Amino acid sequence: MSKESIVGTSVLRKEGAAKVCGKARYIDDLSLPGMIYGATVRSAIPRGRISSIAFSDGIPWHEFIIVTAKDIPGKNRIALIYDDQPCLVEEAVNHPEEPILLLAHPDRHLLPKAVAAVKIEYEELSSVHSIEASENQQTIIWGKDNIFKTYIIDKGDVDAAWAAADFIIEGDYFTEAQEQLYIENNGVIASYNLEEGLTVWGSMQCPYYVHKALLGITTLSEDKVRVIQAETGGAFGGKEEYPSILAAHASLLSMKSGRPVKIVYDRLEDLAATTKRHPSRTRHRTAVTKEGKLLAADIEFTTDGGAYATLSSTVLSRGTIHAGGPYLWPSIRVRAKSVATNTPPYGAFRGFGAPQSLFALERHMDRIAKTLGIAPEELRRRNLLKQGQLTSTGQEIRDPIDLDHLLNRALELSNYHEKKARFERENPTSLRKKGIGLTSFLHGSGFTGSGERYLNSLVGVDVTAEGKVRVLVSSTEFGQGTNTILCQIAAESLGIDYDVVEMAPPDTRIVPNSGPTVASRTAMIVGKLVHSAATGLKQTLLASRLLSENYTTQDFIEAAKQYIAANGTLQSLSRYEAPPNIYWDDEKYRGEAYPAFAWAVYVAEVTVDLTDYSVRVDDFVALQEVGRVLNPTLATGQIEGGVAQAIGYALYEKVVWDRGSMKNNQMTNYIMPTSQDIPPIRVFFEEIPYAYGAYGAKGIGELPMDGPAPAILNAIAHATGEDFNHIPLLPEDICEQLTAIKTLQEEEVLTQ
Amino acid sequence: MSKQLLTLRVNGTSRSVKVHSMARLLDVLRNDLQLTGTKEGCGEGECGSCSVLFNGVLVNSCLVPAMQSADAEIITIEGVSKCTRHASIQQAFLECGGAQCGICTPGMVIATVHLLEKNPNPSRQQIEEGLNGNLCRCTGYMRIFEAVEKAAAAEQIEAGAAR
Repeated sequence: MSKESIVGTSVLRKEGAAKVCGKARYIDDLSLPGMIYGATVRSAIPRGRISSIAFSDGIPWHEFIIVTAKDIPGKNRIALIYDDQPCLVEEAVNHPEEPILLLAHPDRHLLPKAVAAVKIEYEELSSVHSIEASENQQTIIWGKDNIFKTYIIDKGDVDAAWAAADFIIEGDYFTEAQEQLYIENNGVIASYNLEEGLTVWGSMQCPYYVHKALLGITTLSEDKVRVIQAETGGAFGGKEEYPSILAAHASLLSMKSGRPVKIVYDRLEDLAATTKRHPSRTRHRTAVTKEGKLLAADIEFTTDGGAYATLSSTVLSRGTIHAGGPYLWPSIRVRAKSVATNTPPYGAFRGFGAPQSLFALERHMDRIAKTLGIAPEELRRRNLLKQGQLTSTGQEIRDPIDLDHLLNRALELSNYHEKKARFERENPTSLRKKGIGLTSFLHGSGFTGSGERYLNSLVGVDVTAEGKVRVLVSSTEFGQGTNTILCQIAAESLGIDYDVVEMAPPDTRIVPNSGPTVASRTAMIVGKLVHSAATGLKQTLLASRLLSENYTTQDFIEAAKQYIAANGTLQSLSRYEAPPNIYWDDEKYRGEAYPAFAWAVYVAEVTVDLTDYSVRVDDFVALQEVGRVLNPTLATGQIEGGVAQAIGYALYEKVVWDRGSMKNNQMTNYIMPTSQDIPPIRVFFEEIPYAYGAYGAKGIGELPMDGPAPAILNAIAHATGEDFNHIPLLPEDICEQLTAIKTLQEEEVLTQ
Repeated sequence: MSKQLLTLRVNGTSRSVKVHSMARLLDVLRNDLQLTGTKEGCGEGECGSCSVLFNGVLVNSCLVPAMQSADAEIITIEGVSKCTRHASIQQAFLECGGAQCGICTPGMVIATVHLLEKNPNPSRQQIEEGLNGNLCRCTGYMRIFEAVEKAAAAEQIEAGAAR
């Protein structure tokens, strides 16, 4: 038996050697014999009806495979939650870049010319391009009222609270779209033939989502559709639902041509056509005592969902539940809705609604503190949830979390008080204003409410006849470390070396459905199932007497081989069971919203340069409690990467829209942080093992996306004395707001 | 479209291919020579995923017309992987967590080779500058900076031992 603990150590990334040598094979690195290339003809208008389609001269159209909606054997819908999104437009166009026709040809260089040579005429209809325009319902573009989904959380008696309040503080907060900007664009290869059916390889998070969507489109039987994840070059939610569309497109072309078809988007197409983070508007009205005790919140949270419902209801759900943050609210009402606009559908992106509603809350907390004349950290301290108290949905905090301690430690690690005092002393005589700001927040691990019960995930561990120990899951690796942590958990549970455990190929023909790789659920939920399955396999071997206690890795493998020789196979499966005392009311939005929460306090230090209004983040402290840390190097990398992405969200990344079309769909003018834009990100963990997670793990991947943006804007408010309530916050926004209020006299003082 | 004969040296070997006159060096490497370790991220020289060394200079191969590389000496990630001299860089990326999804990694490793050849002992600021043409969306760069520092230290020790 292996003596050293594997879980909790920074073993090397399972597929890391292939990645650093350039040997990892991503979708565009793969090729099949006879493969041809596909391309998509897309709508040029936000809303209308197609009146004619013409194929211009000069293109050898007879050489092309052309697919329209008429070629779809099954239902022309991408199966997801409401099944409202067509695979291909039949007549009605609902957003720019909506797929209308598919083309395929052996020469990939001919495709852009052919796409441009398809001339489509439209009867244009009026379109909707803002939350407000959707809400006023002058133009109805979806359902009866443009509303995809609404939720209400109602705890206590909000209406009665206003009279008792010393202060009532209101504020409106806005977040814009953000692009996931994985460095590998979306791509798939589909190959169909009668005997084997349909096989799709692709860059994706959720092979079984793609599998389900393909069943609906193709009407093939389950065993005739096979989906295999290729090495995936980043996803961040951007490859949760979109690959279903792309896979459907390539499959239709392959079924019509009888040849393998590859579609890989270039950056322009990926940015223009695929999903982004939902824009949001949050309105806060808060009742508070003069001592800084929160009495009640009335929160209106609204997201722009784009043209189809896709995942907007679930993104809204998470945003709604996180809207009250990590605070005790005697009374709270959250009224949430997601509305339709004629924009490509917004989708999953790390954080999934929580970064939006937490941005609003955490900015609002600083504004409350300022109004009351209480320090921001003190206002938070007086209201942070404690063990035994109830969240906004009435969920009791059962874990022994001490948020007061977390806050103190973050203040200490960031040298908060000393810096705050120094900046306040030095700022009046400097054009480079320094500020420090903090946020306290939480992120629910796993699917919301009853979601994990519905997913009903299944996980396996097996040993092959050759003696390979494998983890069988559809949970995918796209950088987060899935392969590594699940092999660590299996090795530790089996009592064997990490090196001999491998991941079975992420292929729906080989692995069971362990659910989608989303929602910070892989370490906690899938990991726990791997633990159970591995423990079951070990017990089988011990019970068979082929293996006895105090075994070595070699003993284990020999015993497994003997077992397989005698019994044919050695496999152990484990299915999800909800932890006890979990109750969720989908109607009233009350109960245990998540099996567990990760908690954090982040502190940002910034410099705002009043000569050019640029903002630089100088230092960043990220302290979190995520349960047991399974692999410190990978976990730290997750936090650092999330913080960097959130710095982009706060300060750099702006999607420029024109009637639903992204106008800056290039990496040249959609700006993400470079190696020179990132401060030292100092990551610290508190570890309180969670009883129902794998070796005590909770979720980690999305948490770091939630806190940095409000921490940075709070620091900017500290530096400048001005409140900015909108992200992204670009230098021109700061310039506009500050110059509007700056008096000539102040300028003279500064330049003396 | 007419094709022209192009001869170049890739990872120390002379290679001749017939290419479209408008082809990019990136296409020649990936499609004609099957050296798929070099990645395309943006196609416009912003992300650095397609970084290669061109006569020792760090370039984005998506911006280099293939015909311009006639007789040039090109080093790709496959060439770096064959060369034991740079094994410490790849090992450091692996150990420090410098590779997550891995799509930017070949370009990052090439940029690091270039940086350490010019400056065997770079400061943190010089590392930040040296890698500023290579975008990474996963790591927030911290683990990559550590990997470069670790590789630099390892190469210095090796260089010392060689003397």
